[in-house]
Amino acid sequence: MRIVVCVKLVPDATASRSFEPDHTVDRVSVDGLLSELDEYAVEEALRIRDAASEDGEVVAVTMGPQAAADAVRKSLQMGADSGVHVLDEAIAGSDAPATSLVLAATLRKLGADTGPVDLVVCGMASTDGTMGVVPAMLAERLGLPQLTYANQVTVDDSNGAYRVQVRRDSDLATETVEAAAPVVVSVTDQINEPRYPSFKGIMAAKKKPVQTWSLSDVGVDPAEVGLSAAWTAVVSAEARPPRSAGTVVTDEGDGGTRLAEYLVEKKFV
Amino acid sequence: MAVDRLLPTDEARDLLALTREIAAEQLAPRASADEAASAFPRDVFALLGGTGLLALPYAEEYGGGEQPYEVYLQVLEEIATAWMSVGVGVSVHSLACWALATYGTDEQQKRLLPDMLGGDQLGAYCLSEPAAGSDIAAMSTRARRDGDHFVLTGTKAWITHGGEADFYLVFARTSADRSRGVSAFHVPAGTSGLAFGAPENKMGLTASTTTQLVLDEAPVPASHLIGDEGAGMRIALAALDGGRLGISACAVGLAQAALDTAVAYATERKQFGRPIADFQGLQFLLADMSAAVESARATYLHAARLRDAGRPFSRQASISKLVTTDAAMRVTTDAVQVLGGYGYTRDFPAERYMREAKVTQIFEGTNQVQRLVIARHLLAEHAG
Repeated sequence: MRIVVCVKLVPDATASRSFEPDHTVDRVSVDGLLSELDEYAVEEALRIRDAASEDGEVVAVTMGPQAAADAVRKSLQMGADSGVHVLDEAIAGSDAPATSLVLAATLRKLGADTGPVDLVVCGMASTDGTMGVVPAMLAERLGLPQLTYANQVTVDDSNGAYRVQVRRDSDLATETVEAAAPVVVSVTDQINEPRYPSFKGIMAAKKKPVQTWSLSDVGVDPAEVGLSAAWTAVVSAEARPPRSAGTVVTDEGDGGTRLAEYLVEKKFV
Repeated sequence: MAVDRLLPTDEARDLLALTREIAAEQLAPRASADEAASAFPRDVFALLGGTGLLALPYAEEYGGGEQPYEVYLQVLEEIATAWMSVGVGVSVHSLACWALATYGTDEQQKRLLPDMLGGDQLGAYCLSEPAAGSDIAAMSTRARRDGDHFVLTGTKAWITHGGEADFYLVFARTSADRSRGVSAFHVPAGTSGLAFGAPENKMGLTASTTTQLVLDEAPVPASHLIGDEGAGMRIALAALDGGRLGISACAVGLAQAALDTAVAYATERKQFGRPIADFQGLQFLLADMSAAVESARATYLHAARLRDAGRPFSRQASISKLVTTDAAMRVTTDAVQVLGGYGYTRDFPAERYMREAKVTQIFEGTNQVQRLVIARHLLAEHAG
């Protein structure tokens, strides 16, 4: 089975983060790491590859500035087989529609160059933008079924063709959705426990192939992506004000009542 | 703040990043609770073993990471910053593998090393005895030859991982000769005649199990003799040079943890309407702590780089052990001071760091013994 996993380098959420003058996230002066939600996607892709009866392949795909290659490298260290990095200055500031446009073009080129892709795995959202819409947009652009927010993925290859089934748990119901490959799947943080790379994995990753493509390589017009093509514009941004002191309820026999009143007042209950 | 490190290769940088990730996610969050409960974290060693972090300084062909000491020790330092007991455990495991990796025959290395370095096994180093500490030549544990076996009888003391380890590097007398009568043996757990004392009730490193190892007519195949018969003392002393660097790295990691805790507290805690870090009296304390940590780190890294270059490093290893562990004691004590009354409580980690620092001045050769070693080398080098 040929699997593509889409990965993103995000600013380390434990470090201080800031914006550029154009209100885009400063991605240069901060430490980046593979988006935690994408780690679940990489892990699931590796598990599906390793559980299959035939040899498979996992390709990690990313787009973004030079440092974004670190997201691919981490995926290779975890066990992915190869990587693609779409690197082009025009990409900076791309919104979700533009991101899905570039990813879709990249997947088409990958399919044309090295054979059809059976499964695309994404995290449910990035941990920086947290839009959560790229997997659906990507599926739409590729004309593929979308199986989103999967808490479990099962691949059935018994009839010579892949059928992908996912379980999606909501507050009210558990849905089972399935489609014939190729499909786009997005996975939640409940689906698995991502592995740490091993030192052997770190060494092996150095020898794995990573291709770097420009927008013209994948056939995307630079005018269609980047900040100037974004459908929305950030007009202003400011840091959240520091938290104010909370309300202290001293229990004088009526603590429970006052706590309940507070919760009702704030519409929590 | 991550420590700013000069590392020789990309893979070393990735290795340190992986170590920090595991330390932050899997070690630091549970260190205080497991120390308070004296719970030995065997699962943590399994995780470190699985990622290859228990075999870094050893040859790739036997499952090692083939990393220079300069890199291995910085990994160890990061682990010790998150959890000192685990750092010390990794250092002890490395020490227990070293004799076989260095003095074992090709056949022994092929037969035994892959399992020892594979990550599933944990090692222990058994040199001290109840009446033979600094004076290791006073050891009385005997190894009597009996056909194709040696039969070991005696009591070894202060065994880190006692009862938890999968193999024990045991030094025992094969003759009465004070220095040439000691031999080294690889003793797997489960060997008959092996028993362990109750865990020592220690001041610190409470999550790391320390016991006596009692050998009662324990049969060890002659094929598990490491190096020549009678070469044990030389092996033990040479092993300790590397072991002292391991303890040095742990001590620096511990001091770094104490410094981080002190700086974080000093910038949060307000007195007289300002963070206490605004007061110069406290700034000087923090500055001295920082200077102690950096200079201690530089000292062990210099010794490590000598070792990696194949140069003699025994004097520098002892200097490193002396300097880094004294620094750890001072810095952790000062961290308690910075935290004031809170530092003296077990709700904050500073007092634990201080308790953990004390043993670094004692084990792997007391700091008085380090001064003996340093002086001996100094005077011998002078005499030429």
